Amino acid sequence: MASVSSQTQIREEVAGWNPGQIWQPPTRAQRWYDNAFRRLCFIFAVFTILLIAWLVLEIAFRAMPAFRQYGLNFIYSTTWDPNKAQYGILPEIWGTLYTSLLALVVGSAFGVAAAIFLSEGYLGEIVFKGLKTVKLQHHPIWGKLPERFELLLKNLIELLAAVPSVVYGLWGLFVIIPMIRPACNWLHEQFGWFPLFSTTLSGPGVLPAVFVLSIMILPTITAISRDALVSVPPKLRMAAYGLGATRWETILGVLLPTASRGIFGGIVLGFGRALGETMALAMLVGNANRLTVSLFSPANTLAALLANSFPEAGAKDIPVLMYAALVLLAITLVVNIVGALVLERAAGKAEAK
Amino acid sequence: MSKDRISSKQELIPAQNDPVPNPFEGVDFAELELSLYRPRTLITIILSSLVTCMTFLALIPLFAVLWMLIWRGGQKLSLALFTQLPPAPLEQGGGFGNAIVGTLIMVGLAALITVPLGVLAGVYLAEAKGSQLAEVVRFAAKVLTGFPSILAGVFAYGAVVLATGGYSAIAGAIALSILMLPTIILTSESAVAMVPAKMKEASIGLGATGAQTVWMVLLPTAMPGILTGVMLAVARAAGETAPLLFTALFSNYWLASSGRVDFMQPTASLAVLIYNFSGMPFANQVELAWAAALVLVLLVLIFNLIGQSFSQPQIQQ
Repeated sequence: MASVSSQTQIREEVAGWNPGQIWQPPTRAQRWYDNAFRRLCFIFAVFTILLIAWLVLEIAFRAMPAFRQYGLNFIYSTTWDPNKAQYGILPEIWGTLYTSLLALVVGSAFGVAAAIFLSEGYLGEIVFKGLKTVKLQHHPIWGKLPERFELLLKNLIELLAAVPSVVYGLWGLFVIIPMIRPACNWLHEQFGWFPLFSTTLSGPGVLPAVFVLSIMILPTITAISRDALVSVPPKLRMAAYGLGATRWETILGVLLPTASRGIFGGIVLGFGRALGETMALAMLVGNANRLTVSLFSPANTLAALLANSFPEAGAKDIPVLMYAALVLLAITLVVNIVGALVLERAAGKAEAK
Repeated sequence: MSKDRISSKQELIPAQNDPVPNPFEGVDFAELELSLYRPRTLITIILSSLVTCMTFLALIPLFAVLWMLIWRGGQKLSLALFTQLPPAPLEQGGGFGNAIVGTLIMVGLAALITVPLGVLAGVYLAEAKGSQLAEVVRFAAKVLTGFPSILAGVFAYGAVVLATGGYSAIAGAIALSILMLPTIILTSESAVAMVPAKMKEASIGLGATGAQTVWMVLLPTAMPGILTGVMLAVARAAGETAPLLFTALFSNYWLASSGRVDFMQPTASLAVLIYNFSGMPFANQVELAWAAALVLVLLVLIFNLIGQSFSQPQIQQ
């Protein structure tokens, strides 16, 4: 009997102990250690706040020389010519906002659709119906398939987020651009008068960048929107059904308005990601210092400018690039803080219910 | 007996032999079924199919990327990739052994920095629940989650590269650690907060100090959740390119030269190799970029799966 022998072992072991060693108040060393440990945890927590301050100050401090030299003109002017020491980042700011907003429109349409699809259990329903036609819907193994498929789909969408952005960039460069180029050039020939199609797509450009960017922000929006939709109290849904609403009357009239704050927070965070996204854009947007609305023209974004210019920057260029980084930091910090605040409010509201 | 009262009662209670009134009388059941001819249900059918199509459309890129990786990267996959150095332009063959080692070393260094910092900060957040400071720290961590990766690189460039005078693995690791920190803090906090209060109270009741409770009860119990967070952060950091572009730069050589490992020199990484080689006009380099992308995605997936395997037992409980 193992348990008896282990019990006797424990008894023998305990018999050798000095009770005073166990049942004693913490020694001075232990108390000192406890205190030091608490302080350490506190310091590490405070470090997070200091880190943000340090990040901002480090970049701002390094940008100071350029700020003094160019002032706010830096943000308004459009030429970037290191040889003439003329620097302006308006095209980059425009490119950043333009690509991010376009990607946000596409990404949130598909992201919210996927969130509804996931939270309503459509896939499970489809699989269940399929099983029903072969009469396996209550089978002990096959009957679990609907749940399994739901989980699989959720994980697949999360997997989209796990693929590194440089891999999406590579894919966009060698697969997407050759694939969409004929269609884009056809559009340009037929509808060249329309501002969005006013140039040909000769390689990298806004459209491939937006395409890849929207894929990259989709998982963020889907995950947060799905959480918001799932946390809508079930009684609201039941009440809507009870009043005779159809499924989509319920979704559009009850579920989406109730979850709107969470969905909005997810979209704002997705926007923040799109603004800061670097690699896919550096590879796909074309790095042309151009102020354009055409979808097929090359352009540039702040993050791509930093990624492309920093490795070759001389001592003179660094403050200028730091200034550009500061502008990007300001834009993303504002967007992220708004997103985090909205989400926090949404969470608070859900708890209050 | 007054007849009126009886008759009024009889009105209230239906007579036994009367047929039970049908509550659905006059309801047209066909009216309630999904049908293409009625606008209400037509909209439901249209929107349901629209949402289904959009979800599957959204998944196509994922499969397209994975398929291209396996197709184009898999062709090139061989053992030599893991042991050889990157080729010079126009040179055939070659591999990216140094980039794999560089990625692992930088991610490892970043984990060494962030795990103690992040886990203990998470413990603080979970323990000091109501305090104002904890709220601010939590908010700071949430804001830091959305911090653009390129700015982490810019910061490390200013704080480390300019200060130490050169590109190095250390600078790359510091840039990565900024991106890992918030994930680790937030997941450790929620993992520690999920430990049942009675376990903590039992430990305190037995006379353990706060530090003893944390080390012997909270952290061991919360370990699966913490490990999941760490692995997710590691997976994210392994795939990051932007913070490494101008902190670790790139190198065509091994990190160790003549038996000594020097962390203060430019270091190769898989992600930067993909970026550099994808822009080159040489077929061999582009092929290598695809193979490196396959290896990188596999690496990230492995980290993710390890992380999820830790969280599995928790879900079943």
